[in-house]
Amino acid sequence: MNKILVIFAHPAFEKSKVNLELCKAVKDLEGVTFRDLYEIYPDFLIDVKEEQKLLLEHDVIVLQHPFYWYSCPALMKEWIDLVLEYGFAYGHGGSALVGKLMMNAITTGGSEESYSQQGVHYYNVGEFLKVFERTAALCGMNYIPPFVVHQSSDLKSHEDISVYSDLYQKVILTLRDTTLDIRSLSEFQYINEYILDQFESWSV
Amino acid sequence: MDSFLFQAFIYLLAAVVSVPIAKRLGLGSVLGYLFAGIIIGPYVLKFVGVESEAVLHFAEFGVVMMLFLIGLELRPELLWRLRGPILGLGGLQVAISAVVIFLIGYIFGFTWKVSLAVGLILALSSTAIVLQTLNEKGLIKTQGGQASFSVLLFQDIAVIPILAVLPLLAGSILAEPGHAEAAHHAGFSIEALPGWQQAIIVALVIATIIIAGRFLVRYVFRFIAETRLREVFTAFALFLIIGIALAMQIVGLSAALGTFLAGVVLADSEYRHELETDIEPFKGLLLGLFFISVGASIDFNLFSKEPYLIFGLVAALMVIKLVILLVLGYLFKLTRSQNFLFAFSLAQGGEFAFVLFSFATQNSVIPYEIADTLILAVALSMALTPVLMIINEKLLQPKFSTLDQRPETDAIDEKNPVIIAGFGRFGQIVGRLLHANNIGTTILDSKPSQIDMVRRFGYKVFYGDASRLDLLHSAGAGEAKLFILTIDDKDKTIEIAKTLKMHYPNLKILARAYDRRTVYELMDAGVDIIERDTFVSALELGASALKELGFRSYQANRAALTFKHHDEKSLIDLHKHFGDDEALLTETRLKNQDLIELLSSDEEEKKESMDHSWERPGSV
Repeated sequence: MNKILVIFAHPAFEKSKVNLELCKAVKDLEGVTFRDLYEIYPDFLIDVKEEQKLLLEHDVIVLQHPFYWYSCPALMKEWIDLVLEYGFAYGHGGSALVGKLMMNAITTGGSEESYSQQGVHYYNVGEFLKVFERTAALCGMNYIPPFVVHQSSDLKSHEDISVYSDLYQKVILTLRDTTLDIRSLSEFQYINEYILDQFESWSV
Repeated sequence: MDSFLFQAFIYLLAAVVSVPIAKRLGLGSVLGYLFAGIIIGPYVLKFVGVESEAVLHFAEFGVVMMLFLIGLELRPELLWRLRGPILGLGGLQVAISAVVIFLIGYIFGFTWKVSLAVGLILALSSTAIVLQTLNEKGLIKTQGGQASFSVLLFQDIAVIPILAVLPLLAGSILAEPGHAEAAHHAGFSIEALPGWQQAIIVALVIATIIIAGRFLVRYVFRFIAETRLREVFTAFALFLIIGIALAMQIVGLSAALGTFLAGVVLADSEYRHELETDIEPFKGLLLGLFFISVGASIDFNLFSKEPYLIFGLVAALMVIKLVILLVLGYLFKLTRSQNFLFAFSLAQGGEFAFVLFSFATQNSVIPYEIADTLILAVALSMALTPVLMIINEKLLQPKFSTLDQRPETDAIDEKNPVIIAGFGRFGQIVGRLLHANNIGTTILDSKPSQIDMVRRFGYKVFYGDASRLDLLHSAGAGEAKLFILTIDDKDKTIEIAKTLKMHYPNLKILARAYDRRTVYELMDAGVDIIERDTFVSALELGASALKELGFRSYQANRAALTFKHHDEKSLIDLHKHFGDDEALLTETRLKNQDLIELLSSDEEEKKESMDHSWERPGSV
């Protein structure tokens, strides 16, 4: 069983219905450690030693956040800047994270189509997330395609949202309980599709 | 045997023995007092006898105090909201009951005058017994409780016109219109004056109560509170109530109504909680005394002479009232369980019947034999009321429980989720932050000058010493979520924290601490969140100093935050050495060394990681 560390950042969590349901679906699962950065570090003073210790204890790092300006909220960026330290995560003597998995779990306001050459954002989500992919690579981690919820502000009812929160839970459980074939995974743009395929093939 | 002390001894002994037993048996305190009265009365132990009528008069003052306390809980706008039930439900109850009893009396061959007088007197119920019992069971704020309260309030008002009408019903022997005997006690009567002058005087007295209560009394309370002599404050509170009661009696109005009015006027005052706390024990004892004297005044000789008649009268009185109340409750859309509570509460004669019957006999409206018999019936119906309410609670209510949930209607007073004790320089900042976020706070402070100043800014601040448990209780410590202790006296802070933790273990306490030592004592007292009062502002000033010395803002802020977290952690770590000064000193030195290392290493890291980019130079 893999141990999973969910690093969650949302500066206005109290207003987000979708992220609330996503968090609820995974935070108390066995083998999952859930860290709400804005709750733990309201003054942005991150305890680097503590965070590094947690990283060492886990096998899969999930960065869960709303997609702000094609990236993550400020505190998560601060976390990356300080915690993934030279000599710890990369560079000379920095091999603490080698072999671990990393994944983004994001919510976006725009539709999947808007993230394409025909859409307002021009590039697709995967292209914007290259920054995270390279961060993982530099630390010797394997980057998994992201879990994405598009048009999250259009999801109003509990039923609409639970389609995604159930799926997110399946993603986390799969990451926890199975050894993924990273190579075949990279064919998928989002991990959403991979998990849906998996569950379909099992139920057939 | 007849010394005052002996009397007091007997009454207190009876209460102390019987009330706890009655409570244990689930019968409520009112029944306990009534039994105590019967036992020490002239038909069992014969400790008290003829004088119990005089005691009854004295003890009626308990009812007056109870109405003052009820008034304190009812702000004018809440009273205004209850105007429908008071006039509609109350008015109909009195009118219909009076008419029905009148008709029955007339059919049984009494003159219409006697029948009408009896009807009016028996229409009233017992404020003392009903409100005390409802309060004790915590039912006063339910729909049925509020309906009962409204009816009782109307009845208290109705006593005045009844007093005015009774002399007009006098038979051929025209009695001296000795309006309200109490007026004679006061040694002055306005009866001699013409009607219009009487009306003006009544209006003036009421206006004085309202205007003085709103504008003048506050300053007197403040003046007295500043002396910090609690007993003078209590004395003034009692003085106020007795003064109003006297004034009302002189003008021929009900003392209970007058003090109720005064209570309503003072309900907005910052001294409300303190007044409640001071008057409460007097009210309790006097009401107890009142119930005991009702018990003692039950005339068992008369009962044994005509048991069937008396029994029939009591049953008839209670059944008639019960039926009328049930119909009214149905018409006024009370839910079924609430309607039963309402009807079973009010189905008895009231203490006003004692006064009114003696008044009516003095005025030759009702013959003595009839009055005595009816007084006995009323006393018995009062004694049976707590029993009736137990029957309702144990036998009838369980049938509704699933069908008809008890709806918690608007409480008499809204309770705030947060209580702040101490509204000085520290508490005000906390209060303003909560206020700005629309969080309701009840604020307690014991400095009158402070209260006055803060009230000018529109805060509701109550006067009182927060170390008193009874005051904490009336401020709502039982219902609040948080208690914020921001007073500047460190010993008192610790004392209050301990009191709160003992009596309200689920209440979360946030406290201001004077120094590290106080922090530890508060931790030992079980306080949940503690903040040293100068710590954060001193840090801010320190950060500003660093900035002036050339640190960049963010760097200075970071240094201050690092210091803050380290210091808070070491404060908790050192708790175990609290009490051992030697160890504490050594440990503190070690911690300080840690801190210097931490801050300088943070500095080194910064230089290293920020001077270069995050990559190493030259990496491909």
